[in-house]
Amino acid sequence: MKKFYTEKIKKSERINRLVENLYRKLPEVEAARAVLLTQSYMETENEPVVTRRAKAFAHILENIPIIIRDEELIVGSSTIAPRGCQTYPEFSFEWLNAELDTLETRVADPFHISEETKKALLEVNKYWKGKTTSDLATSYMDPKAYQAFQHNIFTPGNYFYNGVGHVTVDYPKVINFGYKKILDETRAALLKLDMSDAEYAEKKAFLEGIIISLNAVIGYAHRYSELAKKMAYECNDEQRKQELLLIAKITAKVPENPAETFQEALQSFWFVQQLLQLESSGHSISPGRFDQYMYPFFARDIERGTLTREYAQELIDCIWVKLNDLNKVRDCVSAEGFAGYSLFQNLIVGGQDIHGLDATNDLSFMCITATEHVFLPQPSFSIRVWNGSPHSLLIRAAELTRTGIGFPAYYNDEVIVPQLISRGLTPEEARDYNIIGCVEPQTPHRTEGWHDAAFFNMCRPVELVFSNGVDKGVQIGPTTGDVREFDTFEKFLKAYEEQMNFFIKCLVNSINAIDYAHKERCPLPFESCMVDDCIGRGKPLQAGGAVHNFTGPQGFGIANMTDALWAIKTLVYDEHKYSIGFYKEAIDNNYGEDMDVHQAEKLTKKILVDLAKEGQAITEQLATTTYNLVAKNKCSPEKKAEYQKLKADIEALPKYGNDVEEIDSFAREVTYMYTKKLDQYKNPRGGIYQAGLYPVSANVLLGGQTGATPDARLAYTPIADGVGPAAGRDTNGPTACCNSVSHIDHFIASNGTLFNMKFHPTALAGVAGLENFVALVRGYFDKKGSHMQFNVVSRETLRDAQAHPEKYKGLVVRVAGYSALFTSLSRALQNDIISRTEQGEF
Amino acid sequence: MEEYLQTKGRIFDIQRFSVHDGPGIRTIVFLKGCYLRCKWCCNPEGQEFGIQEMTINGKTKTVGRDITVEEVMDIIERDRIYYRRSQGGLTLSGGECLGQFEFARDLLRAAKANGLSTAIESTGFAPYEKIEQLIPYLDTYLMDIKHMNSQKHKEFTGQSNELILENARKISRDFKKLIVRTPVIPTFNATVDEIREIAKYAKSIGVNEMHILPYHRLGKDKYYGLGRTYSIEDIEPPSKELMNQLLEVVKQEGLKGQIGG
Repeated sequence: MKKFYTEKIKKSERINRLVENLYRKLPEVEAARAVLLTQSYMETENEPVVTRRAKAFAHILENIPIIIRDEELIVGSSTIAPRGCQTYPEFSFEWLNAELDTLETRVADPFHISEETKKALLEVNKYWKGKTTSDLATSYMDPKAYQAFQHNIFTPGNYFYNGVGHVTVDYPKVINFGYKKILDETRAALLKLDMSDAEYAEKKAFLEGIIISLNAVIGYAHRYSELAKKMAYECNDEQRKQELLLIAKITAKVPENPAETFQEALQSFWFVQQLLQLESSGHSISPGRFDQYMYPFFARDIERGTLTREYAQELIDCIWVKLNDLNKVRDCVSAEGFAGYSLFQNLIVGGQDIHGLDATNDLSFMCITATEHVFLPQPSFSIRVWNGSPHSLLIRAAELTRTGIGFPAYYNDEVIVPQLISRGLTPEEARDYNIIGCVEPQTPHRTEGWHDAAFFNMCRPVELVFSNGVDKGVQIGPTTGDVREFDTFEKFLKAYEEQMNFFIKCLVNSINAIDYAHKERCPLPFESCMVDDCIGRGKPLQAGGAVHNFTGPQGFGIANMTDALWAIKTLVYDEHKYSIGFYKEAIDNNYGEDMDVHQAEKLTKKILVDLAKEGQAITEQLATTTYNLVAKNKCSPEKKAEYQKLKADIEALPKYGNDVEEIDSFAREVTYMYTKKLDQYKNPRGGIYQAGLYPVSANVLLGGQTGATPDARLAYTPIADGVGPAAGRDTNGPTACCNSVSHIDHFIASNGTLFNMKFHPTALAGVAGLENFVALVRGYFDKKGSHMQFNVVSRETLRDAQAHPEKYKGLVVRVAGYSALFTSLSRALQNDIISRTEQGEF
Repeated sequence: MEEYLQTKGRIFDIQRFSVHDGPGIRTIVFLKGCYLRCKWCCNPEGQEFGIQEMTINGKTKTVGRDITVEEVMDIIERDRIYYRRSQGGLTLSGGECLGQFEFARDLLRAAKANGLSTAIESTGFAPYEKIEQLIPYLDTYLMDIKHMNSQKHKEFTGQSNELILENARKISRDFKKLIVRTPVIPTFNATVDEIREIAKYAKSIGVNEMHILPYHRLGKDKYYGLGRTYSIEDIEPPSKELMNQLLEVVKQEGLKGQIGG
């Protein structure tokens, strides 16, 4: 049996101060990168695009201001301001120009921006008009696909507006051998290149682009070395002086040369991680199996006696802090979808090694401790679980879960490894998987996965069944027939499938258009040189240089669609309680519910556009009347009562998430309508499509664009999150919920599934609480679920539950011999629970 | 078909993922009807055997339904994988499961026949001949001993404690896995001396483990929902400090102790 050092190492004071400094001010937008990029581009107009990219990257690294922050041990910052961000106009900029003045005051992820920066950005952004990846992508899209995108059936906005990211590069290669070795390999490939090779020009430009990029990266590290030296000379504090001198020594050596100590390895890692994000604006650049590739350095130093566990922990904590120093400004709509300044840098520990044996080591535990110490959103911390995972590691992970930080996310090797093998990976590659971004599995440094290619809203096609393909007055989908004439459920379901299939095609068309645009306008030589087999093939990732190529758009709304189709099947076609025509009427009237201003405006607009299409002249008076009708919902009291009765009947039906066999099996079929369909499509990099099932936090945002659905979900309210039940609809406890969710076929959704669970801390109290929690995870994984993450509710959440009980119907408070649904308690007793929660008294 | 699977009983709830009433992840079946009337009882809807109406937050629901052993087992079976991972299983609670002795026995028998771990949460207030018949199908007996003073016991629970104490002794003699559970109720037994007395008794009859459960008033709404009053309205839950102090007492008496289930 392997033994681990499981003791929790104490947090050093330095870490508290580093975190404090990082969060002292609102993050700030800086203009340096955009200015330098544009300068370089203006001077390279006639050169190959990959050369231009490399030269621009080099120009940025040679000139961008650098800083070593107070007390840092690991250095490298992309901005002078802590948690600041640069901008990336080569992908898109119009939204930024439009939002410059509201960045600081917006609700989601505000940024400070100086007048000077605004001016500089407005100036350089002029150059980029018509030259961005998003401009090119738009012109590549089929008009029907573009229309579906504009009508929010799906949103490929992530890569449409930004760089791709979503990759795990070969960190171990850089750390162990240095960029020197990659330069040697690139030069050798250049030498080998035959001038009669049909692709000679392209390959040569790409390989030379790598050389330009890597020399610039080495030069960038040397700038830090010089700066550290200078600061050391000026430093009066002897300890800090020594630290700076060490930093100077290390940054003169790595990442150019092989790292030899743990600290050198971490510094080398950090330059890779930071500069990938300076080359392009992609998020979800994921460190992956950090405990694995860092361990040899750690073990060697510990054995040599040149490293203490305390200092090692402090260094790891420093990396965790640095991961939060990187930032990204998104447009205000996306910022709501990805709220929390998140960069989704996924770092994972534990799991199997390439031979199938357990890979846990002391660093796996120290990474959990670092997450506890730093207690910040980055890295997105994950743990791999398999049947042979050490119990002690899972208990330690459960302790972290209990803090309420929302980490780690748990991943199931027993599903993911075979899943990846089924996608053409070797068993060794599959066992070595890590997670990208939120939940997307892939094998490191051999994959260009386009993991977050789009969100596909599975609820929207059902709206189009009811409207015969018309949205806001426009025929965007196929004409599947007048819904009132569907006399069997099979006909209804067939219409839904037809709408789904059409929009999946549109989805593929628009994503592939974006893919082409990145290939043509933003090849990334630096990122590519660390992914196999770009150098060998002489191709950047964007042109299919990776060994494995995928495209993974996410479907979401499974719970809503399952409950919706089930309700229609039961109430309309099995029991004949309501006609489908009446159902349509009820949905159009939002089940007779009153609307808030925001919802009323949206619906008014929709009705007016429909009226206009029917040829009615739209007057101001008509608009006002319509709005008043909608806002006050002046359907007659009799009608309202009828709609409400339908709503009550829908709500009384059994729902997905409660371990009801026939509904859960139905959910599996509904999911296949997305996952199986997507499987047949290919991307321009020579790879295939694979479905994911998760919405990040877009379920709220995109729910806001979705009318009432047949599952009694009201218009513009959130759609269900991930593969779990719709909010508040699971009332049989966590095991029942897990059983339902495991009914979905997780194997086919190889771009990841996301299952969020909420717990009251009572369920995790004491040693027994941790043991039972681990057993629940193991049990769900035995049933072949692939991912789980947990929200341990806080006092704030419980207050929210008091205000919005409908969202928390399933939240159970458990005490010995007693358990109750939180929302069923009186206010006074709820307050009792809240105060007990605060004191951790369970 | 085994005949005992058709035995019918009356329950008022089945609660999955219970983690405080016996080892591991368990499913608790709450049987209706109890001989005691503990003033602090957090499941007052379990006290009457008859089917009742209870109103909570303006919604009236029927409390109590009749069900066969086989039907209960269908629900129990659904969480088998979680029992296996946690050494959990089935717990019978109530009410007092001994009140429906045949149903309780047959449920435990069915669980055992299917290889599941079993526990009951019971006050032991029944003729020992009945309890004796449950024991072959039982892995853990969680037994309430609430007070050593019979007078006080009667005042707060409606019954004197002689039968309970005597049964505890016999159960401990015939059956190894007896755990004593004591609800800690201010004004009733929340003192060092009273808890120590219970611990001493537990030790003297060969018990190794004792859980002390802090009083909470989370069942209060249900009294009003049943049209009753909550007679201990003014009692505050015991402090964390007091609970820790009482835990020390339990340990001093040589028992393995814990706060909560």
